Order: sequence, then C-alpha cells, then structure tokens
Amino acid sequence: MNASAQKAMDKRKASEVKEVTLVEAVNMALAWEMEHDENVVVLGEDIATNGGVFRATVGLKERFGFKRVMDTPLAENLIAGTAIGMATQGLRPVAEFQFMGFIYAGMEQIVSHAARMRNRTRGRLHCPLVYRAPFGGGIHAPEHHSESTEALFAHVPGLRVVIPSSPQRAYGLLLAAIRNPDPVVFLEPKRIYRAVTQSVADNGEALPLDTCFTLREGDDITLISWGASILETLQAADKLAEQGISAEVIDVATISPLDRETLLCSVAKTGRAVIVHEACRNGGVGAEVAASIAEAAFLDLQAPIVRVTGYDTIMPYYRNEQAYLPHVEDIVEAVEQVIAL
Amino acid sequence: MKQRHEFHVDSTRYLDDHGKPFGDLPPQARDVERTLAAYRNMVLSRTFDSKTIALQRTGKCGTYPSVLGHEVVGTAIGQSMAKTDVLVPYYRDQAAHILRGVSLKEMLLYWGGDERGSAWENCREDLPIAVPIATQCCHAVGVASAFRIRGEHRAVVCCVGDGGSSKGDFLESINLAGAWHLPVVFMVINNQWAISTPRSIQCGAETIAQKAIGAGLPGHIVDGNDYFAVTEAVDQALERAHGGKGASVIEAVTYRLGDHTTADDATRYRSADELKKAWERDGVKRLQNYLHGCGHWGADQEKQLQAECRERVDKAVEEYLATEPEPPTAMFDYLFETLPAALQDQRERIANKYRARGGQGGAV
Repeated sequence: MNASAQKAMDKRKASEVKEVTLVEAVNMALAWEMEHDENVVVLGEDIATNGGVFRATVGLKERFGFKRVMDTPLAENLIAGTAIGMATQGLRPVAEFQFMGFIYAGMEQIVSHAARMRNRTRGRLHCPLVYRAPFGGGIHAPEHHSESTEALFAHVPGLRVVIPSSPQRAYGLLLAAIRNPDPVVFLEPKRIYRAVTQSVADNGEALPLDTCFTLREGDDITLISWGASILETLQAADKLAEQGISAEVIDVATISPLDRETLLCSVAKTGRAVIVHEACRNGGVGAEVAASIAEAAFLDLQAPIVRVTGYDTIMPYYRNEQAYLPHVEDIVEAVEQVIAL
Repeated sequence: MKQRHEFHVDSTRYLDDHGKPFGDLPPQARDVERTLAAYRNMVLSRTFDSKTIALQRTGKCGTYPSVLGHEVVGTAIGQSMAKTDVLVPYYRDQAAHILRGVSLKEMLLYWGGDERGSAWENCREDLPIAVPIATQCCHAVGVASAFRIRGEHRAVVCCVGDGGSSKGDFLESINLAGAWHLPVVFMVINNQWAISTPRSIQCGAETIAQKAIGAGLPGHIVDGNDYFAVTEAVDQALERAHGGKGASVIEAVTYRLGDHTTADDATRYRSADELKKAWERDGVKRLQNYLHGCGHWGADQEKQLQAECRERVDKAVEEYLATEPEPPTAMFDYLFETLPAALQDQRERIANKYRARGGQGGAV
C-alpha cells in the first residue's frame, strides 16, 4: 500500500471511531455486517420501521430495505423457527426477541432444532444464526421483562451463549457471533445498554468467542462475572484496591462453551475466587464455574469459592428489584470473607 | 346485518373406492408413465414399511412409525416437486423421501438410530425429519423467505399431520406465509388419528383446510387416497407458488392403517370395523385397480414388481445391517463446525475410553 493510500485509510479508520453506548455498538455491528455480507438479514417484532423497542436496529430498514430488515408477526416461536429455515438456506439471520422473558415461546425451536441441525444431518445443514435478546433486571420494567435465565441456554449442547459487558465487546462479539457458522444466543445486558459510553472503532474487527476477557489483573483474588454485573464487579475491585486487596477481574463473555483455561490459570495465581452473577443461584452458570475450579484447581485454592448471586426466587417487581440484584457492597463483603479465611 | 366475508373450501375426488373414475380425470392422468411410476413407488414404500416393522419386531431397528395408508400422498408430493424445491417433512413421509432421492439404506439408518440416516446425499437441501410436532412449519416459511429474498423461483412443500394442525407452529406459519406471500405448500395429511386422539376432537372446525382462510390463503381438501386428486392439487399449488402467487393449504384426507408407531397398539382406541372400512378405501389398491381397468397393469407385472421391491428392500437391509456404527467421537464431530477447545478433552476422553476397552474410539 502506498503512503497516500495508507494515509487515507488511517484517516478513514480514525473517523470511524465513535463514542457509543452498548446498544449503539450493537446497532453498529449489525450495520457493518449487513453492509459487508448480503446474507445477513434481521427479523423480529417492531425492528424495522420502529427500530426495535431499545432502538438496536434503528436505521437498518432505511439502509437495507424491508427485504433484509423484517418486521414479523407477534410470534416468538415463529421468529425462532423462521430464522432456522433461513439459516439452512445459507442466510445469516439475526433474530431479535424484545425481552428474554419472551424467548421461552421460542425455546422448542432453539433447543430442538437450531442447536441440533448440524449434528443430526452430519453437517449437511447448519444454522449460522444469532438470537439476540435484552436480559436482566434493574430498569424498572414490568413483569417478565427482567429475566436472567442464561443458564437455560448454557445447558444446551450445540448452542453458544455470548454476553457482552461493554460497548467494545458488544461490537466485537456480535460481529463474531454473526460470522460464526453455528447458532449463537447473544444476550444483551439491558441495564447497561446506555450506562456508559466507550470509543469503538467501526472497522469490522471481531473479538474471539469461547474466551474469557481479563479486565483487570490482580494477585489476591479472582472475581468472575459477566453481563451487567461486570460493572459492579469492577467497582468492587476499585474499593478492594483501596483496602490493599488486589483483585483480578474476569469477564466470562462466552458462558458456553466455557473457557475454563483462563479461569483456572487465574485461580492458580490468586488462590481465591468469588463469582458474581445476577441470575438466581440454583443451577446457575456460577455453579458450573465453581465446580470446574473445584475439580481442576482444588489444591490451588486457599479458601472456598463463594458466589454472589440473585436469590432463588422469581425476580421481584421493580420496587424490590434492587433488593434482588447483587451490589458492590455484597461483592466487597464476600471478598473480605474469603480473604479472612 | 351486512355480510362481510364468506369462504368456501373445494373438495376433490376422481376415483371411487374401487378405482373407477367418477367422470373426467385431470390432465395428469394422461401421463401413463407417471401414473405407473407412482404405483411402483407406492408398492416400494409399502414393502419397505412392512420390512422395517419386521426389523423392529426382531430387535434390528428402533421405534418406527408406519407409513401404511400414506403412500398415495407421499408419492404425489415426491412426483410433483421440482428437484430444486425443498421438502420439509414430518415423520411419515417415506414415500416422498424415496422420490426425493433418500436411499432406503439412509431411511433404515435413521430409524435404526444412526445420525447418518439424515445425511441424504441426493437431496442436500431438504430438511430432516422433524419429530417435535409441527415445528417444521416454521422452518418451511424460513426457507421460503430465503427464496423470496433471493428472488429464486423455488417452492417449499411442508408436511404436517392433523394433530400438528392444532399446534401454534402450524397456525403461526400459515399466518406468516399469508402475510409475506411466501411460496409454500402446506400439506395437512389428515389420517384421522393423532396417536389416540381422533379427528373429531382434534378441532371444532368442519375442515382443517379452512384454517387457511384465516391466514389469507386458499384451502383445499382432497381425497388423500386418490392419486389423481392429490397430484392435481399439489401440482396446482406448486404452480401457484412458483408463479409468485403465494402459499396454499391442502388437506389430504386419508387413514393411518397401522399403529402410530411400533410402540403403539391402536386396537386400544379404535374399532376393528373402522379399520376394515378404511382398508376398503386403500389408495394403493385403488390405483392398482384403476391401472388394471385401463389395461396398463396385470398380474404378471404385479408379481414382478413385488419381487423387485422385495429384492431392493432386502439389499438395503443387508447394507444397513452391515454398516458399522460411527465411532463414539462422532457425537462431538458435528456439534459445531469447529469443536471448541472446551470440549476437546471430553472428546479425547471418550476416544481413549473406548480404545482402552478394545473398541473403536475414533481418531483423537
């Protein structure tokens, strides 16, 4: 590449760096991939003219037309299954569920078909699709809008379950999810859809799936989390640093398949682990993380693994949702307890 | 009061129970070779069916749903579809599969518990058999949407039973097909029984075909044991789909002459008398009588066909029984395009375990 072309490209790249929220990063990734791959289509309820209830798909219909940006009838099961049929024909559908609490109507399609298509046809057909759903509590939403039941999907063989926790990772991981040749459940933590902004280069660069991200290095304890809880976990790490406790913070990001290697290496270094998630404790992904550490790194542990989670209850309506959600203080207290042992 | 809308559902039948035409036959009947080929396929399907049940009874095959009584509908579908169309089947479409190019060995592998039975070397784009009821209808509209997006003049045929027509998947799919004007033919194969639930309590509507009206689609009933009626209806619906005129629903009224599956005993819930009457309407015998009446078929030809079908099925059974199971590692090999690192150790574990026990673990 000659110098002037390089300069032009640098200039272009520089101009494409945007300060965006997580939901804007989702929109950027969708637009990038639709621009560069004509097989990418999006479908869901209210996603075309209205741009989605959270505006994740805003502007896509104007750029790519109704043929590729499809408002569907109000039927989640149909959305899940139609995307499967499209994917078997080589399209790369990105299907939106308005809220995770509505995705259950599509579970049969996701579990019984999307996750199994490649396996049952010995690779003849496959499902390169993404199911997007905003999830988690904390936004004063009505009933059935604050679910954090990611463990349901993590248990299903053949699915990838990816959860971004920042605008940069939302952009890079969604690109990776769309390009992935297998079905991905992409859960977007709506509590932090607009909580922070971050510089994101709109250059089409994907981040790796199936890998944890170490957000902060530390020596005394490993804090493991994902999604919106990463925000409180990082704040807890700041508070702990004030007490002289050095916490390593890991964003699991792909909760299935789980990158155990990164988690085990960290625990081998720190000797302690606290797992933070918003979902209820029973059968949560935190239990799988804890079991993996206990099985493979028990002798590295200097204290029991502790989980800071939601309760094994139905997510309360919003007057009480803060009582349910893990807070910075809860994480700090758990760490203090573990360090004291 | 002003009447806002009225609808009608056509019903077609050309042959009486003995295979004698009521009157003029549709143009399709002029193609004698096609009719003879249809009859041959029905007999092959029936031969395959009885052999597979025998294999199951002797422990050489898994649970199997008999296709007995469905041969006419499956054959008409298989013949009418273009090679480039896509079949979205349910679990009783063997007669159509044969014509689509699925080998008898593949069908035996599938019901014999081997995933390679859905590999379908000769019809790579057809969807695999859907066991969860009516779920395949949503896939059919997805495939048809892909055709529409790409501007391809291809169509989808989606099969579902009378029981399946009660499910949301069916209703949601015909609804979308109407709204998006999709090239799909929904074949409701009404065999009167959803395991032990009779058609009479499946749905309060007089016909299943009229469900199409609510979705903005034409609905049509055919005698599912009448080869010419089914063929004409499927041909017309496919022509409509290929021509960009949208979807159709066809209710093919037939009868499940066997049990629901080899694990079922239909004598628990239906009478011998009902079954006897259903046999008198058998579509395979009806077409044989028709061909015989036209002078296109005779006892010698029948004898020869039966022998050929037996030979072909026996050969497939031999090949099926001689096929070694896949190594246990195969359960990992098609889970994802590339096996995630997190699952590598599980794959190695099963390979090593089986090798240590003297079996074939598969390559690590």
